[in-house]
Amino acid sequence: MRSFGYVRATSVEEAARAFAARPGARYLGGGTNLVDLMKLGVERPDVLVDVSRLPLDRVEELPDGSLRVGATVRNSDLAAHPLVRDRYPALSQALLAGASGQLRNAATTGGNLLQRTRCPYFQDLSKPCNKREPGTGCGAREGVHRDHAVLGWSEQCIATHPSDMAVALAALDARVELYGDEGGREVPAAEFHRLPGDHPERDTVIRPGELITGVVLPTATGRVPSAYRKARDRASYAFALASVAAVLRVSDGAVAQAGLAFGGLAHRPWRAARAEEALVGGPATAQAFERAVDAELAAARPLRDNAYKVPLARALAVDVLTRLARAGAA
Amino acid sequence: MGSDMHDSTSGGPSGGGGGAPRGAGAGPPPEHRSATTLRVNGKPHTLLVDHRRVLLDVLREDLDLTGSKKGCDHGQCGACTVLVDGRRMNSCLLLAVSLDGSEITTIEGLAGDGEELHPLQRAFLDRDAFQCGYCTPGQICSAAGAMSEAAAGHPSHVTDPALPSGRPVPLDRAEIRERLSGNLCRCGAYPRIVEAVRDAAGQDAAGRTEGVIR
Repeated sequence: MRSFGYVRATSVEEAARAFAARPGARYLGGGTNLVDLMKLGVERPDVLVDVSRLPLDRVEELPDGSLRVGATVRNSDLAAHPLVRDRYPALSQALLAGASGQLRNAATTGGNLLQRTRCPYFQDLSKPCNKREPGTGCGAREGVHRDHAVLGWSEQCIATHPSDMAVALAALDARVELYGDEGGREVPAAEFHRLPGDHPERDTVIRPGELITGVVLPTATGRVPSAYRKARDRASYAFALASVAAVLRVSDGAVAQAGLAFGGLAHRPWRAARAEEALVGGPATAQAFERAVDAELAAARPLRDNAYKVPLARALAVDVLTRLARAGAA
Repeated sequence: MGSDMHDSTSGGPSGGGGGAPRGAGAGPPPEHRSATTLRVNGKPHTLLVDHRRVLLDVLREDLDLTGSKKGCDHGQCGACTVLVDGRRMNSCLLLAVSLDGSEITTIEGLAGDGEELHPLQRAFLDRDAFQCGYCTPGQICSAAGAMSEAAAGHPSHVTDPALPSGRPVPLDRAEIRERLSGNLCRCGAYPRIVEAVRDAAGQDAAGRTEGVIR
């Protein structure tokens, strides 16, 4: 590993200034992904700006009933927070489905959003990768790609985003708070990550030097009927082959509100807008759920070895929607 | 940061002489090193650390605390698990410089000062919960962290969602297996590890999940 400078920021403004002063800077949160990538040689920062001790470690209810989660709140604390468990169960479930107890204690909310793909070609300097080194090609396209994307991929990149948390945030209509040169701004969580297109090196819409300061969950007076379900190769401590986060409100047997997002299928959490459109106003039945999910997954373009993901994602989504409908009717 | 780097030196167990901050020597330029104070098992150590140094390497190589083990060095196996300010973490992924002022507990300090073993250490011996023993310090530190988390009401992936927030979570077999999934054992001692943690967590042998697993 190349040696590097280190600055511990005590305010958001100071962090942004320290970052702007050095072109090779990286923000350090819990480090669970960044330090690993530095060991692998994928990340080679000149200086780390440590933002893990910024005063952004609180979960607070705002006057309008929304919930603001500071960027340095650890994944385990967020999953265990009473307001998160009670009002946004899909978020708590998604966090607990990810990583290990040790990693969740270190990983931050902001860092979780900014973690990089676990595509083995991205992590291996001896292999071509357009995300790591634009223009070198994609080793996974004709290589080992069982875990890779079926939706929204490009010839440049077929990687998936690994976060579980981000999938729940997308379905829950959360917003990401950013701070940069031009002050603060908010981006819908579902639009924070990008599709690869011709620039797979850019995972998100974040601007150079911008810092995630928090995540805001929309106003909820009670429990948002929501759930997260994940399929993986082993029962625990593995990335998603496919996952789904869903929000479903049923009124008089009809769907009044629907939010649906898939994980493990694309370069970003895949917000299923087409399925949501098909769901709202329709009957809350398994047949209607199947039709809506099929409308979304019709856009899937599986690769040689990952066609299994389409029926897997379909089954997960229909199951979660059906359970939510049953719970809502009860 | 950095202003007191000449004020104190390591009190590491194999130190004693010298007086120069340990972890120094040839290497990176001065701006790539920082004086860092860690309280390890109750004793303060101030070291001039290369920013690249992870906590695991400081413990093993600078402080001669070799109980924490390096397995994968990528946060995947859990052999390096220690408690940082009471919370279990993978010491191979923590930059030492970022922990300035933190309280670290390793397997060597888990039981405190006396001769008595920690209940988890006792239970691992009683249940013969290891074969080669390489993963054991990490398993025990991880279990200690998991027990605190459960007592504080932290849910896991297998916790019944109907359990009210904040209520301590009983550690049955399914909970232990899920909560310790970040610790791999290549000898496959898992069944006895689960039993040992159950003993230490005070679960009755005829607990409610008896017979569900296996």
